[in-house]
Amino acid sequence: MPGVVTLRAEALSKAFGARSALRDVSFELTSGERVAVIGPNGAGKTTLLSLLAGLQRATGGSVSLPPEQIGWVPQQAAVYKRLSVRENLRLFARLERVDDPDAAVDRALELTGLADRAKDELSTLSGGNQQRVNIAIGLLADPPVLLLDEPSSSLDPRQRAILWEFIDGLADAGTAVMFATHEIDEAQRHADRILVLADGELIFTGTADELHAAGGGDPDLVVAFVSLLEAQGH
Amino acid sequence: MRWLLLKDLQILRRSPLLVGLLIVYPVVISLLIGFALSRGPDKPKVAFVNEVPEAEQTISVSGDRVDIAGYSDRLFERVDPVPASSREEALKMVEDGEVLGALVIPEDSARKLQRAVALGGSADKPTVEVIYNASGPLQGQLVQSLVDSTLAEANAAIGEKITQIAAGYLNILLRGGSFSLFGQDFDILGLQDTEKILGQQAADLPQGSAQRAQLERIERFARLAVENLGFSDEILSSISSPIEVKQTPVGGSASTSLASFAVAASVVFSLMFVCVLLAAGMLALEREEHAYGRLVRGLVSRGKLLVEKVLLAAACALPVGLVMLVVVALLADLDWGGAPKWVVGVLAAGLAFGALGVAIGAVAREVRAASLLAFGLSLPIAFLALVPAGTVADALYEVIRVVSAAFPFKPALNAMDAALNDNGDLWPPIAHLLALTVAYVALARIALRRFG
Ligand SMILES: Nc1ncnc2c1ncn2[C@@H]1O[C@H](COP(=O)(O)OP(=O)(O)O)[C@@H](O)[C@H]1O
Ligand SMILES: [Mg+2]
Repeated sequence: MPGVVTLRAEALSKAFGARSALRDVSFELTSGERVAVIGPNGAGKTTLLSLLAGLQRATGGSVSLPPEQIGWVPQQAAVYKRLSVRENLRLFARLERVDDPDAAVDRALELTGLADRAKDELSTLSGGNQQRVNIAIGLLADPPVLLLDEPSSSLDPRQRAILWEFIDGLADAGTAVMFATHEIDEAQRHADRILVLADGELIFTGTADELHAAGGGDPDLVVAFVSLLEAQGH
Repeated sequence: MRWLLLKDLQILRRSPLLVGLLIVYPVVISLLIGFALSRGPDKPKVAFVNEVPEAEQTISVSGDRVDIAGYSDRLFERVDPVPASSREEALKMVEDGEVLGALVIPEDSARKLQRAVALGGSADKPTVEVIYNASGPLQGQLVQSLVDSTLAEANAAIGEKITQIAAGYLNILLRGGSFSLFGQDFDILGLQDTEKILGQQAADLPQGSAQRAQLERIERFARLAVENLGFSDEILSSISSPIEVKQTPVGGSASTSLASFAVAASVVFSLMFVCVLLAAGMLALEREEHAYGRLVRGLVSRGKLLVEKVLLAAACALPVGLVMLVVVALLADLDWGGAPKWVVGVLAAGLAFGALGVAIGAVAREVRAASLLAFGLSLPIAFLALVPAGTVADALYEVIRVVSAAFPFKPALNAMDAALNDNGDLWPPIAHLLALTVAYVALARIALRRFG
């Protein structure tokens, strides 16, 4: 998929005191591309996404795109339970200073299929629908890049199917989508490219097929992934 | 920031339980405070000077000995007496706040009391002196009510004693009996028997004789005396307050009465709970709903987020404080002319309590922990601020003063007292509150570093 580069990260590093959570991570995202960030728990996936989103300040390195142009969907739904779906969206549209808040809200409701639940208070929605609102908020400013931190972790299989269909649609429309996950088959099925993080280091960048090869060619990608980690000393 | 503020108000509107609690709780607390204030702390320290010479410590009431010290013992059941050697020393102790007040029994009081209760009486009643610190309404009121009630008791007890003894004499006068004086026994006839004897004597005399007419006159007098002396128990018991009290306030001029001070304290208590809980809770809620990360990535700066919560607290303080004051003003006589000052006081208190709240919320990070910490911190601070000088040791009181100055309760109380009761200057406590607001927001900002 020959897209244009929309985001370039160079030598991103983050340390918490003496402990280094991310070391010299560099990569590019192109428009319409779906990129999975995989790695064991504590590998630095959330840290990488929050540096890109401007949530935390990097200790070193640079990101070519300012945080305002990056949509961010945190792992836990960041929504106000006492407000309705529309009120949540309108609040964040106003805080994001989008040109036409009401139009942006309608578009996000449409995109996420929430139009008929717009008046419902968040506390009355299922976990899956709360996650949809969470994603809708990330889309309000119509960003060229959307980051999602383990977006499927709280969803049942049917809701996951809807989620991936939605993400595929976004990428088809030109958005660069980057998602963190620790489920390798999700990465295999829904990502065009995979970044593997281990102990804060980027140890692999490439397609699922290339990951197979790098991991000793085992037909099971999970086995290949584990042997790659072991080969790298993790 | 405007949108965040609206959002928070909207959330509050939809949490009737929380809002109900925020309203009910201060009311309950205010009632408790009012109750506690009207009771006063246990056993305050009172200096005691007894200038009466040893030999005059007991007086005699018609032959019965009455021990004056026995009456001061009653007072000491309720205070912690600190002996002082002279009136001057006691005065200094009150001025320095070492004691809450002083009771001085002058040198001539036993003699005067003796004269006042002697048959025949004397207009020159003994006067005991009460010296109290008038710089705080709690102190003055406390000592006053204490001394008033104790002296009333002492007066009643002495009066009762006199009545008892006098009534005994009257009984003898009426019904006759034996009576001892200077070791000798006397047999007294009594008016009733006198009347009877006279009646018999008169009946024996011939009708129309001059002697019989005279005896009948005496008999009529005796009957009249018998009938009327029957009431004299009541007349005697109306003898009251053989002791008078002279009150000497020290320091402080026109001090606030306890009632209006309690109004200020109740309002400040309510403001404290509403504002501290609200600011702490709503800040922690941003984190609990995971919205904090979303907000601080460029949408709202951390500083602005804190300021928003402080403003929210102040905005809620205004209706709560003013409604309380208007209700009080309608029930009691508050000067409506001070209303603009009320607004200033309530707002400044709301800001400072809100700032304390965000600091608590930033440190506690979770709504429940924040509420707990808000309660746990506010209550003792408020009670500390209400400790009157003289009820604790000097060094401890100094510590309490410093601690109180570091929290908004005491300055808020001073501000409301100034605004409501025209007691002192309004602006120093307002400046104090604003300084605390800035300090606590700065503290909260530091605590936010590990918030997200
Ligand atoms: N705020 C923080 N303070 C200290 N250490 C942190 C902080 N956030 C993350 N870390 C550490 O950084 C490393 C990477 O964490 P994270 O990015 O959350 O991993 P992942 O999302 O891949 O599970 C972990 O070792 C974690 O303990
Ligand atoms: Mg993570």
